[in-house]
Amino acid sequence: MSGAPNPAPTNPPPPQIETAAGQPSTVTALGLAQKLKARFEGLISEPTEFRAEITLRLSDIQRIAEICSYAKTELGFDYLVDITSLDNYGEDPRFTLVYHLYGYGHLKYLRLKGNVSEEAAEVPTLTGVWRTADWHEREIYDMMGIRFKGHPDLRRIIMWEGYPYFPLRKDFPLSGRPSEMPEVAFTQPAPLAGGPFVTIAGGKDTVSREPRVRIPDTDAVEMNARLERRRDIKGAHGEARGPGPIQPKKERG
Amino acid sequence: MQTHTEIGYNSKVEGDVVVTRLEAAINWFRKNSLWPMPMGLACCAIELMATGASRFDISRFGAEVMRFSPRQSDVMIVAGTVTYKMALAVKRIYEQMAEPKWVIAMGACASTGGMYRSYAVLQGVDRILPVDIYVAGCPPRPEALLDALIKLQNKVAKEPVLSTLKKVA
Repeated sequence: MSGAPNPAPTNPPPPQIETAAGQPSTVTALGLAQKLKARFEGLISEPTEFRAEITLRLSDIQRIAEICSYAKTELGFDYLVDITSLDNYGEDPRFTLVYHLYGYGHLKYLRLKGNVSEEAAEVPTLTGVWRTADWHEREIYDMMGIRFKGHPDLRRIIMWEGYPYFPLRKDFPLSGRPSEMPEVAFTQPAPLAGGPFVTIAGGKDTVSREPRVRIPDTDAVEMNARLERRRDIKGAHGEARGPGPIQPKKERG
Repeated sequence: MQTHTEIGYNSKVEGDVVVTRLEAAINWFRKNSLWPMPMGLACCAIELMATGASRFDISRFGAEVMRFSPRQSDVMIVAGTVTYKMALAVKRIYEQMAEPKWVIAMGACASTGGMYRSYAVLQGVDRILPVDIYVAGCPPRPEALLDALIKLQNKVAKEPVLSTLKKVA
């Protein structure tokens, strides 16, 4: 073994992002978003900012791979943090895909969003850009039923092959649906019995919105009426008895 | 069928003779060497490991021989959440265990599905296996598991043995 210490591993230098004046500057997420928007004019919306996070909306998600490839090679977004999907049930297009990008050179985040309809339910894969997209996309396929064109291994990742439903879709009940695959697995609906974990939208307070047990056929109107009755009972009995708030000590003398 | 569990031992008798019934002796052997099949599926398995470690020391009850082979196990301790994906694997491992065999459902998940009222979780392992002892808790403390083991020992001690054997024609 030689006495010379191993050279420290060196990361490739981050791509230099230059301003219009040709001077290197401190990179901002907004600036990177503007660059991406300038490159794909008409395809990307104006960046929106929320809590210092930049979001871009894509009008055509079928070009996501091209956009992300540019963001990786030219804008230094070398890390795909996550891909998630939303189900906007009842709207068209139904699904939204959300891509979170990050760059270890400039330490900036960028979020890309694009819609895909239920009929298509297919978007290009990003495995050619970031290999880590493989499992993210498999999970989305498993839970939401969105397929990824060109994916090298598009199998279910959590549920088993042959499970007939996509459990994170909004029209899939919390308790599940029965299914049967001989020798592999089966499922049965879970006995929810009106609770726990039921919420009633529109309730005025937490007890109305999240009851311990949901009485069958109750809705927000009924739960709010119950809330009023509770108030009436409290009013009839007066305020809570017991010692009142602590009074400040009277000064002596 | 109720059988006698006492074992009579009289040190005055020459030659250290133990007088008992065969059934009681067999049950005594069985209940003091219950080798567990640790079916650790979730956080209950951590408590199961603690039960086996020195502070709680499951070997005080002769059940320290955790066998990761169903062929050598007597009691399957289902410790954790049984998902539907795992369910038939658990059942298969149980079926591979040699008779006589027992099952302890450790914790809320294994007993009833626990807090997972979900499309993905089997609502109690007793839907696929005959459970002997249920242990409450999320997860149960090691004392609770040891209590379950003692209860199972009491159950094993009272089980009929010879009368269940099939007669040769």
